[in-house]
Amino acid sequence: MAEPVLKIENLGISFGGLKAVQNLNLEIHEKQLYGLVGPNGAGKTTVFNMITGVYKPTTGSFYLCGENLTGKSQEVINHKGVARTFQNIRLFNNMTVIRNVMVGLHNQPEYKCGLFTSLLRLPRHFKVEKAMRQRAKEILDVVGLLEDRNNLACNLPYGKQRKLEIARALATNPKLLCLDEPAAGMNPQETQELMDIIRTIREQYNVTILLIEHDMKFVSGLCDELTVLNFGTVLAQGETKAALQDPEVIRAYIGG
Amino acid sequence: MSKLKNIKWKHYLIYVVLIAVTCYFGFFGLQKNLNRITTILLEKAAIAMILAVSLNLVVGFLGELSLGHAGFMCVGAFLGAKAAVALTASMGPGNELLVLLICLLVGGAAAAVCGVIIGLPALRLRGDYLAIVTLAFGEIVRSLFENLPDEMFGGSLGLTAIRFERHYLFIVGFVLVIITLAVIQNLIRSKHGRAVTAIRDSEIASRATGINVTKYKLMVFTISAFFAGIAGVLFAFTQSKVQPTTFDYNYSIEILVMVVLGGMGSLPGSLISAVLITYLNEELQIILTGDLAVLRGLMYALVMILLVIYRNAPGLKAFREKWSVKNLFAKLRRHDPAHIHDDEAKWDRVPTKIMVDEVLSVDVQTKSPYDPDSQWKEDT
Repeated sequence: MAEPVLKIENLGISFGGLKAVQNLNLEIHEKQLYGLVGPNGAGKTTVFNMITGVYKPTTGSFYLCGENLTGKSQEVINHKGVARTFQNIRLFNNMTVIRNVMVGLHNQPEYKCGLFTSLLRLPRHFKVEKAMRQRAKEILDVVGLLEDRNNLACNLPYGKQRKLEIARALATNPKLLCLDEPAAGMNPQETQELMDIIRTIREQYNVTILLIEHDMKFVSGLCDELTVLNFGTVLAQGETKAALQDPEVIRAYIGG
Repeated sequence: MSKLKNIKWKHYLIYVVLIAVTCYFGFFGLQKNLNRITTILLEKAAIAMILAVSLNLVVGFLGELSLGHAGFMCVGAFLGAKAAVALTASMGPGNELLVLLICLLVGGAAAAVCGVIIGLPALRLRGDYLAIVTLAFGEIVRSLFENLPDEMFGGSLGLTAIRFERHYLFIVGFVLVIITLAVIQNLIRSKHGRAVTAIRDSEIASRATGINVTKYKLMVFTISAFFAGIAGVLFAFTQSKVQPTTFDYNYSIEILVMVVLGGMGSLPGSLISAVLITYLNEELQIILTGDLAVLRGLMYALVMILLVIYRNAPGLKAFREKWSVKNLFAKLRRHDPAHIHDDEAKWDRVPTKIMVDEVLSVDVQTKSPYDPDSQWKEDT
């Protein structure tokens, strides 16, 4: 069987006495759309923060395509192929949309350009800039922001800002794309569009997607498999339909 | 030929102006037709411009408040002057320009090393805390040179520097301004500059996007310090004596006022305000004599306060929009100022104007793993 893109083993973190996440195990295979759901405060974003290097896990480890990335810094983890978006949008607000994406392209080997090449404006500098701009446009086209490319990021409406975050994450050429509530604050039509975009991305860029979402319609329409978290522990895991019908999950969400 | 047409000459206007000014005054200067007051003013303007542009890189583009720029300048000035004394003694007269060049490199390199030293803690600190560290650095450097043995750097009396023929030093100064501007502008307009502005806008997001924040912060501090050091060497050559008391806290604030007045993230703005403030300073020195000399120091406070009020007062919003330079230009050329063009032909534009209060009130993030609240502050 093929190596899973992301393999999490016994992952856990505690803040002082609070065990935010404990004993998390999961495997995500190539081109899978995996969902991470749970009530507020269940520790979903904490899991994201651990696998992207913001927090160092206190126990356990995780592997990207078999490579142990536990405890590595955010930059290194990103270079290895994990990109993320944020729950509360964090764009580069004073920069235009296309520049936001070009920052994402910064570390791609084909756009390598040394400091002195840039300072002296050698031909390579212009070549790289042009290529980056072209690539950024292609990515913006996929998420449907090509028309807005010259606007400042902070002037975009909320839904488009979310899409721009996805585009920026995609620009880093990830193997695993982590989306933290991508549909939050979107209307039903925008949500539908986003679902299409996410499917297109998966097909076109061959990425595996891990997403956190509260909108159950969105999750059940998109994800192949799910992990349901509550108070930092796994409630249910497995195929989307089955996991959502688990009595434990229903109790956690509805109460009783 | 078509390539020449594609160049946006507008972007190079500032260089054209600078070269024209250099040639104009340089012509008279070399014929020794320039009076002393003008020469001194030109030298001071050149120094101020280098300082303002290099500080703008840290404050305007990296978004960190640095209050120790005079400290870097101090390091450059003393080491440059010391090198000049040593070199002139060994090389004899006649090699003045070569001596100056070597001294510039020595002073700049020494300041750059200090930039690395101050840049290292800067990686852990943000906002107000970093400002305090840089402020302390400036004061430490000053008192260090004051208290070192007299035979090293002259102690509090200062180091007797090599006096230069005044008539051509300002030309060297203006050439250095052009070099500084070119280096910093090229940096900002490259992918590296884009990474720097990304760090300013959101450090967390740039880390998550794979930007090496450590590398770029250190790089910016080093480059900025290098040019401050060069300005220091130039300063040392214009003085008959380099005294540590010159490079006090007020000097750092003066440079910061230039940057804020010219607009953070605007290099031409820094140049214009540097010239303006140097000129005002000289004029006020003549007008305010005796007891009134105290008032000169008040000028910076006044300019700073008025500027912050002007930029942020809600009552002045309509006035600001009506009279802002950007909108006036847009009206002349009839297009919408809210829409920033940034396509292939206009890739050179750097849309990075930020407000004063954004830098002055950076919210500080504590990242203690033992703080149970930090998790919820972070991303929930």
